[in-house]
Parts: sequence; structure tokens; C-alpha cells
Amino acid sequence: MITQIPLVYYLALAAALFCVGSFGALARRNAIAVLMGIELMLNAVNINLVAFWRYGAADPVVNQAGIVFALFVITLAAAEAAVGLALIIAIYRSRDTVNIEEIDLLKW
Amino acid sequence: MVQNYTLFIPALPFLAFAIIVLLTRKSNRLSALVAITGVVAALVLSYGVFVEALSEGAELSLNPFYGAPIVWAPYGGMSFNFGWYVDPIGAAMLFMVPTVCLMIFIYSTAYMRHSHVDEHGHHHNEDDPRYARFFAYISLFTAMMLLLVISSNLLEFFIAWEIMGFCSYALIGFWSFRGRKEHHIDDAQVGRARAASIKAFLTTRVGDVLLMTGIILLLLTVGTLDFTKMYDPQVMNNMLSATTQPLPGVEWPVLIALLIFCGTIGKSAQFPLHIWLPDAMEGPTPVSALIHAATMVSAGIFLVIRTYPLLTFAQETGGAAMQVVAIVGAFTALFAATMGLAQNDIKRVLAYSTISQLGYMLAALGIGAFVAGSFHLITHAFFKALLFLGAGAVIHAVGTNDMFKMGGLWRKMPITFVTFFIGAFALMGFFPLSGFWSKDEILLEALRGGYFPHEGGQDIFLQVIYLMLAVGAFITALYTGRQIFLTFFGKPRDPEAYEQAHEAPAAMWAPLAVLATFTVFLGFWNSPFAPAFFHFVGETGFMGMGPFEHVEFDQIALSNAFLSVGIALSGFIAAWAIYGFRSVKAGQSDPLAHLGIIWKMLSSKYWLDELYGYKINLDGTAKPGLLIRLVGLVMRFLWWFERAIVDGLVNLAGWFTRLLARLWGWVDSHIVDGLVNATGSVTGEIAGWWRTMQTGNVQNYALVAVAGAMALAILFLLRSFT
Repeated sequence: MITQIPLVYYLALAAALFCVGSFGALARRNAIAVLMGIELMLNAVNINLVAFWRYGAADPVVNQAGIVFALFVITLAAAEAAVGLALIIAIYRSRDTVNIEEIDLLKW
Repeated sequence: MVQNYTLFIPALPFLAFAIIVLLTRKSNRLSALVAITGVVAALVLSYGVFVEALSEGAELSLNPFYGAPIVWAPYGGMSFNFGWYVDPIGAAMLFMVPTVCLMIFIYSTAYMRHSHVDEHGHHHNEDDPRYARFFAYISLFTAMMLLLVISSNLLEFFIAWEIMGFCSYALIGFWSFRGRKEHHIDDAQVGRARAASIKAFLTTRVGDVLLMTGIILLLLTVGTLDFTKMYDPQVMNNMLSATTQPLPGVEWPVLIALLIFCGTIGKSAQFPLHIWLPDAMEGPTPVSALIHAATMVSAGIFLVIRTYPLLTFAQETGGAAMQVVAIVGAFTALFAATMGLAQNDIKRVLAYSTISQLGYMLAALGIGAFVAGSFHLITHAFFKALLFLGAGAVIHAVGTNDMFKMGGLWRKMPITFVTFFIGAFALMGFFPLSGFWSKDEILLEALRGGYFPHEGGQDIFLQVIYLMLAVGAFITALYTGRQIFLTFFGKPRDPEAYEQAHEAPAAMWAPLAVLATFTVFLGFWNSPFAPAFFHFVGETGFMGMGPFEHVEFDQIALSNAFLSVGIALSGFIAAWAIYGFRSVKAGQSDPLAHLGIIWKMLSSKYWLDELYGYKINLDGTAKPGLLIRLVGLVMRFLWWFERAIVDGLVNLAGWFTRLLARLWGWVDSHIVDGLVNATGSVTGEIAGWWRTMQTGNVQNYALVAVAGAMALAILFLLRSFT
């Protein structure tokens, strides 16, 4: 029997990926990079969902809520990327920049 | 049906007034023509109404000509209307007023031309510089007198009354200013005229205010001023329904009747408000004749006639209203006659005579001799106008009013003399002139006890009245005789004035002749043998009062007639003995001046002007009387009190309030506002610092969110371990 990769590996990968994503979302100046950071965070969550489905569910064939959730997240991410890019393009057109630190019209 | 056009009677002279003022004032002749046309038109219409009234006969008292078509001031369910009301005595006035007016208008056309001598010794006649204005004024006056006579209610009456008062003022002061080329008046006359007009206006105002009070009270208690409705017994009883008396012991009707009578005292120059009329002689003589003898002053008597039912009602409901009228009249009749005795101004003698004769009328009305009083009103107007115009002719001829500068004038101006003589004898009450019939009847009624039923008939009150009137008649004959002897007989005392004297022009003596004719024959209208005037005015009663009883001509009446002629004759003989037998020489003082203090008292008019009147000196200066000065002192004190004390207090209060307000303002702007501002600025400071949290940078927010999530996660982990 092939020994399985333990669950905690997946979780560590997902956590690392989430950290990379959240760093990108919080620290990058380029709005595209921020958007990519958010994608990374979503995919880290997806890994978690699928891993917990594979290892957590009593009967993975019957109980498929984990992968359905992951599918939803992927769909959501696609929609979010589309909307986000459109916004960024709009901002770029009006302000000639995608530097997120310069986009602070809603400050005090 | 001339009666339907009654309102045009006053309207026509008023139209003449308007035309003169607006159009023809530049032309003297045209203005006089317009004025005379206006009064002639009014005269024709008046005669028409008069004849129609005569044809109605005594029935007219019960159903007077009445109409009130012009609604002037509606109030509540009623209204004040302009209309006409012509009863028998009103009709008689409609005969008298326009006749006298026309005569005086014609006379004025000549009188208002003044003759003067230029530097080359030539005589010139020239119009008075305000000739047209004179005719405008007297036209307005005539219109208002006629309106008064025909007025249908007391308010209409009062309006006419007041406008007449204004005309009187304007005409007394007609010479109160002089233009560049006026030789005929001097500065003293200007001053006298000015003071006299103001005196006349203010003195009559005293009476008029009380009259207006009476009218207002009458309207309040009775509810109407219309002559046709007012005297209904039920309406009159409204006055008694008031629960309270206006003054303790005085009923409403008495108070109202006496207040209205105060108007008469002012207008008809009765004591104590008689002081204005002698000074009113400063006006041109036609004015004295028209306004201050024949018509306006008799409007006061006419007011008593119009409110006669009110007086009798007041008398019946327990008040001595009629006695007051009688005693004021009788006293004035005697009192004014004594003052007339000591006047040197020919017009002033006549002025006092007028006051005295008006007193006779009031005494007659007061004792209930309604017909006798009314008749004297009519006859007096004619012979007094005649006397004044005659005096005016004399003044015009000799250029002075002073009788001691005249004398012997009958040779120079025979027509004036004869007509004046007729007027004077009518005034004295000689048979068969009109004054005899009317004055004798007044004395007779006083002797009999009047028409009005007094308790017990002959009483001491009536005897006193009779005595006063009889003595008054004696003095009347005395001063009138004095006037005739001084003016027309004896040697001329001022040769220069005598030389320039001449008979009056036709426009002046013709009216004299007409008035003299009336004076001779008018008395027969009410002779005891055929008392047509009595049948017309008195027989059917008056405005709801019971019919007057006509007293048959009998022994008492005959003896009284002899007595009154005897009184007049003795007065005239006394005058002849004093002034005629040995005529007064030039420079000689009045023979009666030997009476000493009594004479001084009479010639100074009992010092009443000094006491409460307004003393106007010959040189045109004027001095207020003691009472007026006293009032002036009180006023001055009150003024000082007002300025110093009352104003001081008010200013102090104001200053204090300002001080307080300033203090409070400081507290408000510094402390209260400071607190409010501090709250605001502290809030603003905190908010300004706090809001910098909103950086607008999305990553900051996200960082906070992540940090929060991590904090929550750590918290969760820590809790799950413990």
C-alpha cells in the first residue's frame, strides 16, 4: 500500500501559500500584484478544503461538500479577478497609475 | 313738487363757491356775478319750497317735507344720510335766509370797493384786493346756512354748523393780512382782525365741543339723529332706559339737552361765551350783517328750535332744562344791553344789541313761547341786517367806526338815515314795525306764563324773566337812541369826515330799502288779529308735541302792548334827553361817563375779557385774560414737570436698562458663548486627530483586518489550550 502524504503537509503548504498571498495583498504596490496575492490566498484555502475533504470525510464519495466548496471558490475567484481587473483598468485610465498607495481618495 | 329739489338750495351757492375758487377768481366782476347768480337761484328755489309749504298749511308740522336720498355713512343697520327736512319754521327760515343773503350780496358788490384819495387829491374807487375771495367765502357760508336750515339729521346739521364756523373765522380775519397796495387798512386793524378771528373761532369751539359730545351721547342713547325718527316718544324713552344716571341727580335727557344747548351758547354768543361777537366786528360790515347778526348766530337759536322736543322731553322727565335756557337768554338779554350802552364803535353797539336780541329769543323758547321766539328770529334777522348795512353805509361814507367822530349825517345821507331809523325803531319795538310784534309777544308770553305748562302758571321765575326782559327793552331803546343821536343828529364832530361823507351808491341803498320794507310789513305776518305765522308754525304742535294754544287778543295783551311801547318810548326819550337835547360837542366825553365806576364797568364790558377772555386793544395788540394766563401758567408748570420730572424718570429708567443690558451682553458673549465654542472646538480637535486613521489606503484597512483576525485566532488558540 502506498503510504499517503500526511495531511499536515498539505496544511503547511496551504498556510505557506496563504502567507505569501497575504503578504502580496498587504505589501505590494502594484494593484495587479495585490490581486494576484488575493488569488493565492483563495487557492490556499482551496488546498485546505480539498485536503480536509480527502482526509476528513467519513465517506468521500458520498460526502462531497469539500470539493463543491472548492469549486465555488474557484468560480468566485474567476469572477473576482474579472471585476478586479476591470476596476484596475478603470482606475488606470482616470489616474494613470496602478500604484495602490496613490489610490487613497477616501482618506479623511 | 318743488320740495323734491330742496337739496339743490344749498348746492347752488356751493356750486358758485366752487366756480369762483376754481375758475373765475381772477375776475372780480365775474366772481360777484357768479355769487349773486348762485344765491338768486337758491332764492328762487327756496321761495318755491316756501310757497309749497305755505299751501300745505299747518298740516306741514305733522308731515314735513322730508327726503334723505344720499346715503353718506352707513353704520350697522342704519346710515347717516344727506337729505332735507322742511317743517313750517324751516320753511320760514327758507324765506328769511336767502332774502337777507341776496340783499347783503348786492350790498357787498359796492361795499367791497374802497374809496381813497391819492397824492393829487383825487378820489378813487378800487376793489378790495381779495374781492373775489370775499364772494367765494360768503357763497360757501350761504350754502352751509341753507344746508343747516334744511338738514334732515343732526349730523348734517353739525357739518353745516362747523363749516359756517370756519367761514366766520375766515371772514372776521378777512383783513388780517394786507397786500402791497392796500391803503384802506392799517397795521392796527390787521392785528385786531387777526386776534379777533382766532378769538371767535376758539370761543365758539368751546361750545362746539360740548355740542358734539351731546350729539354723540344722543346717538348712543337714542340710536338715531334723524329728525323724523328721533322725536318718536318711544325712541325718546330709550334715553330713560339707561340704568345709571350720567351725573348724580341728572337724567340723560337733561344732560344731552344742555350739552346741545352749550353749542347754542357758543354760536349765538350767549353769556358766558358772548365775548367773541363784539370783536368779530373787525370783519367787513356785510359779514357782520350776514354772519354775525342775521344768519349764523341765529343758527344757534335754530338748533334750540330743532332740538325743542328734546328740551321739553328733558323738562318733563324731571330736569330744569328749559329754565336754564330761559335764564341764560334773559340774563344775556339784559347783560348785553347794558354793555351796548357804553360802546363808541357803531358796529359794536349793534353787536351787543344782537347778543341781547338773541337772548330774547332764547328766553322766549325757554319759557315755552315757541312761536314768539321763532318769530323774533325771523323779524330780527331783517331789521338787524338792515341796521348793520346802514351802519356799513355810514362807515363807508365817513371812514371811521367811532360814533364820536360822526354827527349830523342825516343831511348828507338821507336814505341811509331813514332806513336806519326804521330798523332802529323796529329794534326798540315801536308799533307797528316788525320788532314790535315779535318782542311784544315775547314779553306777553313771559307775563302769561308761556305756552309751556308750568306748575301754577304765574310763578316767581317767570316774573324774574319778565322783569329782566322789560328792563332790557328799556336799555335797548336807550342805546339805540344814543346811537341815532350820536350818528345822525347834532353838529358834525369831525368836519373832515363829514365833508367827504356822501350818500351810499344804489347797490348799497337798494338793499337797505328792501330790508326796510320787510321790517315795516313783516310783523303783520303774526299780528294778534290775524296770526298767520302762528297758524302755520304753532297750531298743530311741533314734532309730536301737543298743539300750542293760541291766546286770544284781550285786555292783558292790549295793556302789555301799551306797556312795551311805553318802555321803548321812555328809553328813547331818555336817550334824547341825554344825547339829543344838547348834542355832544367835538372832544366832549360821553355824558353818561359821569356815572363813574358804573360807566367804566360797562365800557370795559365788565372786565370779562380781562377775566377769562382775550382782550384786543385798538392798536392791534392782544392780551389773554386772567383765566387764560392762569391756565397758561399751569400748563407751563405741567410742561416743566413733564420735561424735568417725567422725562427724567423715563430717561433714568432707560439709562439703567441700557447699563443692565450691556452687562448682560458681556456675560452672554463671553461666558455663555465661550462655553458653547469650547465644546465645539474640543470636539473638532479630537475629531481632527482621530480621523487621520482613515488613510484611504486599502492595504492599511486590510492589514488591520488581518491583524484583527490574527489576534482573534491567537486568542482562540490561547483559550483552547487553557
